[in-house]
Parts: sequence; C-alpha cells; structure tokens
Amino acid sequence: MTRVSSRLQGLDFQQAVVYFGFLAIFLFFAVTLYDDGFLTQRNLTNIVLQTAPATIMAVGLVFALSAGEIDLSFGSIVAVSALSCAVALQSFPMPVGVLVGLGVGVAIGAFNGVLVAYLKLPSFLVTLATMGLFAGIARSMTNLRSVPVMNDTFTGLFGSGKLFTVPSLVIWTCLGVGIGHLIYRHTRFGAHVLATGDNPRAAQVSGIKVARVRLYVLMICGGCAGLAGLLYAGRLQAAKYTLGESDLMTVIAAVIVGGTALNGGKGSVVGALLGSLLMGMLNNGLILMNLKVSDQMIVRGLIILIAVAVSLRDTSR
Amino acid sequence: MSDHDVLSLTNIHKAFGGVVAIEDFSLNLKAGEVVALVGDNGAGKSTLIKIISGVYSPTSGDILLDGQKTDFRDASAARANGVEVVYQDLALADQQPVYMNMFLGRELTKGPLKLLDKARMRQETQELVDELDVRIPSASSTISDLSGGQRQGIAIARATHWASKLVLLDEPTAALGVAETARVEALIEQLKAKDLAILIISHSLDQVFRLSDRICVLRRGKQIGVRDTKSTDKNEIVSMITGVA
Repeated sequence: MTRVSSRLQGLDFQQAVVYFGFLAIFLFFAVTLYDDGFLTQRNLTNIVLQTAPATIMAVGLVFALSAGEIDLSFGSIVAVSALSCAVALQSFPMPVGVLVGLGVGVAIGAFNGVLVAYLKLPSFLVTLATMGLFAGIARSMTNLRSVPVMNDTFTGLFGSGKLFTVPSLVIWTCLGVGIGHLIYRHTRFGAHVLATGDNPRAAQVSGIKVARVRLYVLMICGGCAGLAGLLYAGRLQAAKYTLGESDLMTVIAAVIVGGTALNGGKGSVVGALLGSLLMGMLNNGLILMNLKVSDQMIVRGLIILIAVAVSLRDTSR
Repeated sequence: MSDHDVLSLTNIHKAFGGVVAIEDFSLNLKAGEVVALVGDNGAGKSTLIKIISGVYSPTSGDILLDGQKTDFRDASAARANGVEVVYQDLALADQQPVYMNMFLGRELTKGPLKLLDKARMRQETQELVDELDVRIPSASSTISDLSGGQRQGIAIARATHWASKLVLLDEPTAALGVAETARVEALIEQLKAKDLAILIISHSLDQVFRLSDRICVLRRGKQIGVRDTKSTDKNEIVSMITGVA
C-alpha cells in the first residue's frame, strides 16, 4: 500500500502530461477523422511503422538529455549510416551491411563524445557542427544519388518483414524501447547517467566517471541513429542523404513531451515512445485532414509548442 | 575515545603554482574525537579537507590513515579507505530519490544481469534514516522536495553509512536554521559515539565549542595552534584566528 502511494507521488505532472496528451489527441482524431479511416487497424499500424525510426532515435536522445548533454547530429548520422549500409550491401552479405551501418553510427557518436567528454566542449555546439559536417558527408558520399537496397533478407529484417504476423518494425520498436528502458531505469549505468545530468559534481565526488558517462550517452545516441538509418533503408528499400533530415524537431519534441528534462537528471524512455507515437499520430491526422503541407507544418509547430510548454510548465519551481 | 590515531598529518604543504595554500600543517585525530578546523575565509580549511579526501594531493608531507601511509589518487580512493566527506553544497543529486543518493556511485545490484536492487536500497536507507532519526517522508522521496535540514541529514547519514574511519564535514550547518542546526549537531554526536574520527569546519564558534574536543586554528595557510576545547575560550580562539591579540 505504501508502495502504491509512493508510486503515485512519483508520477508527477510532467511525466503524466504525455499520457493525457496522447489520449486527448487520439480521441480527437478518432472522432473527427472516423470517416477518413483514422481508426482502422491498417492506419494505426501504419503510424507505428512510420514512427519506428524516430522512436529509436528518441530512445538514444533520452540518454543524452538525461546526462545533461544534447545531440543535434543524429539526423545526419541516420543518413550517413543508411548510405554506408546500402553501399556495403551492394558487395557484401547482410550482416556486414548491418555492422557497417551500426558501426558508423556508434563511431560518429564516439567522435561527438570524445570532443564533449574529454575536450570538454559543449555538446550543443559540437553536435551542431557535426550535424552540418555529416549532412555534407552524406551528400558527397554518393553525389546526392540514392542507393537501392536489394538484399531481401535485409529489407525483411529491417523493413517489410513479419515475425508471426508482427511487423519487424514493431518488433524493433519494442526491442529498442524495452532494452532502453531496462538500461535507463534498472542498471547502475542508467543511475549514473541521471546523476551526471542532475549534479555532475555530486556524481564526480561519488566516484562516478562522469566523462565516460558523457562519452557513452553520445555513443548510444549515435548507435540508435545508426539503427534508425537501417530501419529507414529497410522500409524504403533505398538510402538517400535526406533520410533523418526532418526528424530533428520531431524527435526532440517527442522526448521533451515524454517527460525528459532538457537540462538533465530526469527522463523516461517509455514517455519518449508515447511522445514519438503522439508526433506520428499528429502527422497522420493532419494528412488525413487534407491540410496543405504548409498548413500541416504550421499546425504541427503550434501543437508541439503547446505540448512542450505544458510539459515544461513547472520546472522552475 | 580510543588511543590510536586514525588520521595523522605531518608537515603537509600545498602550493598551487607559486601560491602557497597550506604550509607545514600537522595534526593527529583519534577515533571518537571531534576536531574543529577554524579560520577566516581563505585560511586554507577547505583546501585541507580536499587534501585529506584525495581531491588534491599535497606538494609535500605525509598522510597516515590508521598508521598506513596513503596517497589517494582521487576522491573515490579515499572513500574506498573509509574516508567520507560532507560537502558544503551537499553533493546530492536533487531530482533523484533519497535512496539513490544514499547509494550514489555504489548502487546495489542483484541477479546475473546486475539490475539495480531498488527494494534493498530503499529498505537499507529507511533503516539508516530511522536509526539516525533523520525525519523524511520516505526513502523514496525526491531530494528537491526536502528541507535544507533534511538534505543535510541525508548527506550526513550517507557519510555515516559508508565511513569506517573518518568523516570530514565542511560547514555542515551553514545554511540551516536554529532547530535544524540542533538536529544536525545531534547527528554529529552520534557519529562520534560510533567511534569515527571527525574533522569539522565551522564558522560558528558557539558550535565549535559545543561539538569539538580540540580546536585547530588556521590563518592564511599557516597552522597557528591546536587547543583543547575545555581549556580555552572564545577570546583566545578569536585572537588566534584574526592575529590580533
């Protein structure tokens, strides 16, 4: 009983807002877009499939933000990873392509991480620079051309495949969120990430290797972006420099709405999943409403603004 | 109070570049003894605490812990040897629950996956705060929801839990009200009763006279003298601190 009540106390407003926002927007679209097929199983599945890469990126970003860092470069990492993987798949078997894609993501994350953790540069500026750097590299890698992915095993595993009728993208989402949540909430590393973002000095004097934590969270971000790149390449059966380009705002918004603090020390992987689904639902609903692309952008921007404002409302107490 | 020296500092000297922060400091501390370190701002008190706790290493001089010469590379090496520090700014992670702070950097795990054993950490924390009579709503409370006195209580309880030899307290009641100060002082008395050696920095001479067995005065990095608390008075200590007779 005491345990239940302390759990309830722990469920604070910021963490809860995503659940209510999710429900509210879901119900709103369910009613207003019923005739347009919002509630059909196919449409709902589609939302989950389309948000899978963003959800994986969001999981990585939860770690970075919780440690008091930020990664702005994950969108560019997605493109470079997907292209590297697609190029590798043209001459090598599937596992090599996967390793190349993930490896490139982790390596870029490590590059960010070393600059942040050991040269003590602010992650905002480092990743702002590497965002541009790797966006440029993604463009020059294949001269702006898209690279087709013909490997059926790969496209099955990371795109259109199914395991016992469950689409592989759904499985990747569950795996990413499940493992992310386990590490974040239930391991010493997760606790050290939170402590580092909360009070770096306290973490340091408590024997936590703060620099290593910063390096690892940016590597996790890079690795997650790499996996998101594979999921894009698998689903679209091609890789292009534009992949991940438009995900920056959506993913950051998803993570913040999901109850992760921008300045560290607090967050939720499950919240990030809900935030990501919320963003996907929003996208989907606005398209079903037949809004012009420009209007979609305006409405989406406004809704994200409201959502972020509401979820950050009482941080300054 | 037992007879052997838990901590013994001999001829400690510390310079940062050309600036001498501590010159020729020597002090012995016994188990169950409280020594107060007093001096004006910039006298070198905090530097000394940092030297003992492994944050800085002395330029020259020896630190003996239980008779063993030590050379801590960093704060965690000192902690591994039973030395705990309660910092002025508490060193608590504000958005985390009490029990995670109690085990910060030393989290308990269970099972082959080494998952956090939150239930056990919560329970041990509860037992500890009950034992020390630190009154908080629960071991799961978030630090930022607690009062200054409660937070200081947690910080001291944490030091008690992990220290096996020596506790260093850097201005433990500087930010507290009268009632909260009294509670923290009671807590310090309990540490003493547990036979830990305690070195405390305080600006309040009243507090120093209430708590300490001996008083060590620093002025501009120089050790002016050590007095038995019972055989000195405030006037003497003040004149030692200020250098004005």
